[in-house]
Amino acid sequence: MRRCLVLLIAACCAAWSLAAAAQSPPAGAGQPSPEAAYARLASDSYGDIEAGIALLAASGDPRAGAVLRALADNRLLFRPDDRLLAIRDGAALTDARTGAALPGADGLKPVRLNNRVRRAIDAAQGSLNLLAPDAGTRRVAADAVFKARDTAVLPALDAALARESDAGVKRTMQEARAAALLASPGTPEGERLGAVSVLQARGDSEALAILRGLSADPAASVRDAAARGVTGIETRMALMANVQNAWYGVSLGSVLLLAAIGLAITFGVMGIINMAHGEMVMLGAYTTYLVQELIRQNAPALFGWSLPIAIPLAFLVAGAVGILIERVVIRHLYGRPLETLLATWGISLILQQAVRSVFGPSNREVGAPSYMAGAFDLFGLSITWGRLWIVVFALAVFLALNLILKATSFGLKTRAVTQNRRMASAMGIRTPWIDAFTFGLGSGIAGVAGVALSQIDNVSPNLGQGYIIDSFLVVVFGGVGNLWGTLVAALTLGVANKFLEPYAGAVLGKILLLVFIILFIQKRPRGLFALKGRAVEA
Amino acid sequence: MNMTWKGWLSRATVAGGLALGTLAATAASAQETIKVGILHSLSGTMAISETTLKDVMLMLIDEQNKKGGVLGKKLEAVVVDPASNWPLFAEKARELIAKDKVSAVFGCWTSVSRKSVLPVFKELNSILFYPVQYEGEESERNVFYTGAAPNQQAIPAVDYLMKEEKVQRWVLEGTDYVYPRTTNKILEAYLKAKGVKPEDISINYTPFGQSDWQTRVAAIKSFGSAGKKTAVVSTINGDANVPFYKELANQGLKATDIPVVAFSVGEEELAGIDTKPLLGHLAAWNYFMSIDTPANKAFIKQWHDFTKNPKRVTNDPMEAHYIGFNMWVKAVEKAGTIEPDKVIAALPGTKQDNLTGGTSEMLANHHITKPVFIGEIKDNGQFDVVWKTDGLIAGDAWSKELDGSKDLEADWVKLNCGNYNTKTKKCGGA
Repeated sequence: MRRCLVLLIAACCAAWSLAAAAQSPPAGAGQPSPEAAYARLASDSYGDIEAGIALLAASGDPRAGAVLRALADNRLLFRPDDRLLAIRDGAALTDARTGAALPGADGLKPVRLNNRVRRAIDAAQGSLNLLAPDAGTRRVAADAVFKARDTAVLPALDAALARESDAGVKRTMQEARAAALLASPGTPEGERLGAVSVLQARGDSEALAILRGLSADPAASVRDAAARGVTGIETRMALMANVQNAWYGVSLGSVLLLAAIGLAITFGVMGIINMAHGEMVMLGAYTTYLVQELIRQNAPALFGWSLPIAIPLAFLVAGAVGILIERVVIRHLYGRPLETLLATWGISLILQQAVRSVFGPSNREVGAPSYMAGAFDLFGLSITWGRLWIVVFALAVFLALNLILKATSFGLKTRAVTQNRRMASAMGIRTPWIDAFTFGLGSGIAGVAGVALSQIDNVSPNLGQGYIIDSFLVVVFGGVGNLWGTLVAALTLGVANKFLEPYAGAVLGKILLLVFIILFIQKRPRGLFALKGRAVEA
Repeated sequence: MNMTWKGWLSRATVAGGLALGTLAATAASAQETIKVGILHSLSGTMAISETTLKDVMLMLIDEQNKKGGVLGKKLEAVVVDPASNWPLFAEKARELIAKDKVSAVFGCWTSVSRKSVLPVFKELNSILFYPVQYEGEESERNVFYTGAAPNQQAIPAVDYLMKEEKVQRWVLEGTDYVYPRTTNKILEAYLKAKGVKPEDISINYTPFGQSDWQTRVAAIKSFGSAGKKTAVVSTINGDANVPFYKELANQGLKATDIPVVAFSVGEEELAGIDTKPLLGHLAAWNYFMSIDTPANKAFIKQWHDFTKNPKRVTNDPMEAHYIGFNMWVKAVEKAGTIEPDKVIAALPGTKQDNLTGGTSEMLANHHITKPVFIGEIKDNGQFDVVWKTDGLIAGDAWSKELDGSKDLEADWVKLNCGNYNTKTKKCGGA
């Protein structure tokens, strides 16, 4: 009975493949049959799957694109017994070979993927999508072909080049063609030289990799051209590396600024050594997490708005906790900096453990909205969107805070109280409330920083600890009581750190920076921008 | 008056009953239980990893008690919290052994904490089961290492990359402390012995909690553009991993271009992050939650029932505790006593089925045999096993790759020595 079944299946397969061969247009001499490709795809061995993908792309089967897409998304299933291949679409199953519906097929398991298989899929999809109607798809395809450096795609590439209208895509295709030409051993010297200059014009690290690989080329002229190309690209990249470092420095500086700016109020303006500052940042990050959780459960469409919604909430949460701390603990300790330090340190431990008890010790997932993910290219400089937004956000927070202190009645009272408490009190300002709200403002700003930091760091109870030392460093270096000092200090430290890191390594770089700050504080104990006048004595 | 009198009387009765009950309970427990110490941080930075291990130990002890305990006595867990504070680990260990009289301790995560409790275990002669993968170069009479030694994790991972991914250029990226430094030293020696040129190896260290990876990722990108297939071997610790992978994804480095194989990233660490950008990156462990065996399925179900949370993940150090605890139970029953000297003597040679379908054995060097798996990160935070070793690998206490430890051998059965020098024929190191 069982043998009958097997025979039947074998017969069916044979009939099917005959029919398939009859249907497909007369295959070219080197073109493999799609069935050979499908048979290898339906396998547990990565080697077979990889070979199957290449065969499928070369076979010219019209269903190849759909099958490869399904495979890339892990939706391609197979049955080991009879090598049936199926594509899963939601709950529906279709036969990968024919596209016919397959109701109730069982015993299927997914075709497995690993990096080798994924690379093969990328290359195969590249060669299949070169003629796609959408320019974006063609560009991705050309990039994939460039990376694959497969000489077999050359005819397809030539055909695509002839029809290409988009200049950018055309250039990528030419670069892909150059890469493939250089990879094939039989290319004449003239064409190789042309390919080298195309790659030199591309000028990125991948072009560099290919040109470096030409150092053993049989033709002297090609070797020389490649060597010249390598030097040219290296000079350009060294220059770009400096620009890149400067950008990384600004980006790190903006993170330092965000972390420190709340402290510039509580420590800088009010003179409270606030060790619980980092925990305010953490509370802001956890507020972001809660907002995202609520949005995920109730209104997934609003996810892109989760960060703008979280900003005011984080400000309120951290600000309220700050006011509470000031009213309950800190106000009893004004004028006693050591006790304040110990008390706020204790508060920071309490807050950490409280969050750990409520949310658990492990990291919480805070997602990045689409505008925060990915990178874009600016004159060969790769800039990540997330970092760019954080730089913009840090500057916006800085300006807003300046505006509050300089242009509002509350800011005026705050400055009056810090400059001369008794005089301010005599003028009818309720100094205790100004103290509480100023501390609340500093804490709230720290909470807002937490929203931004949740995008680049772990949201865990320890989040704040990583920033507290750096924050104090920035405020002290910039000059206590001076917001502009904080800005300059944060950017200086960020840029200096990033220029030191490639040469000295991350660990030594940080040490060097600390040594520099210690020496600087020896020379100028009041920081970069020291306050002058009566405030200094207060 | 009457009311007050009644009230006083009833209160007195309740108090008396309570006191009696407590007395009875203490007396019973003093007679009938065997105490097991659990020394994992429940607060502070390491709580993120160690809390789970405390829970799994409570589950294992609970399970054993349902089966009737050990030597006819119930087991009693004594949980202390060393709060991620290394000196406190030693203090709490002393408290467990001297005051609570525990028969064995299961605990520690970081190497620093292990080194900090070592003198206590030696002085008071007790037993420690250490469940985490570590840098090796150690074998102590009182410690049983159920996590992976470097030859059970790092070396097979590098072999896989060389064979399957044809990697020729290596970035060894680590956090700056003892485990990455020693592991990278071993890997560097191993790679050079395999013919990798020094200029094809780049070793870098970053501080704990590094969150700004822009420069490092850019450097890896340019190191990888030399025309040879490049991979990153990551011994980055704990929280620094998430920003690292995020930066890789943001700068467009995919696993198909430059794969990263990590030794400290498991299911627990992935639970808190969006794993889409990590797709295809690798991890090397001796256990993955996704491994489909009946034993593993039963273990996961038991874990979900015990924690009343069907989403809790299982990971490699949890399996190490599972193996270690069951080996301890077997050794105690074989020795017929909880006396440390006899249990230490009974442990080598003890066999225990692991959760992935093999049988692990405690070796004379106090390490165990384990299978090695390479898993690729999937988008659901689990791993897909893409490769595994043919059989179980025996843990080396002393690395065969390093000059200082090549000639050392640990054998507590025949030689009764943790660092016997095979050249000088003496116990006591190089």
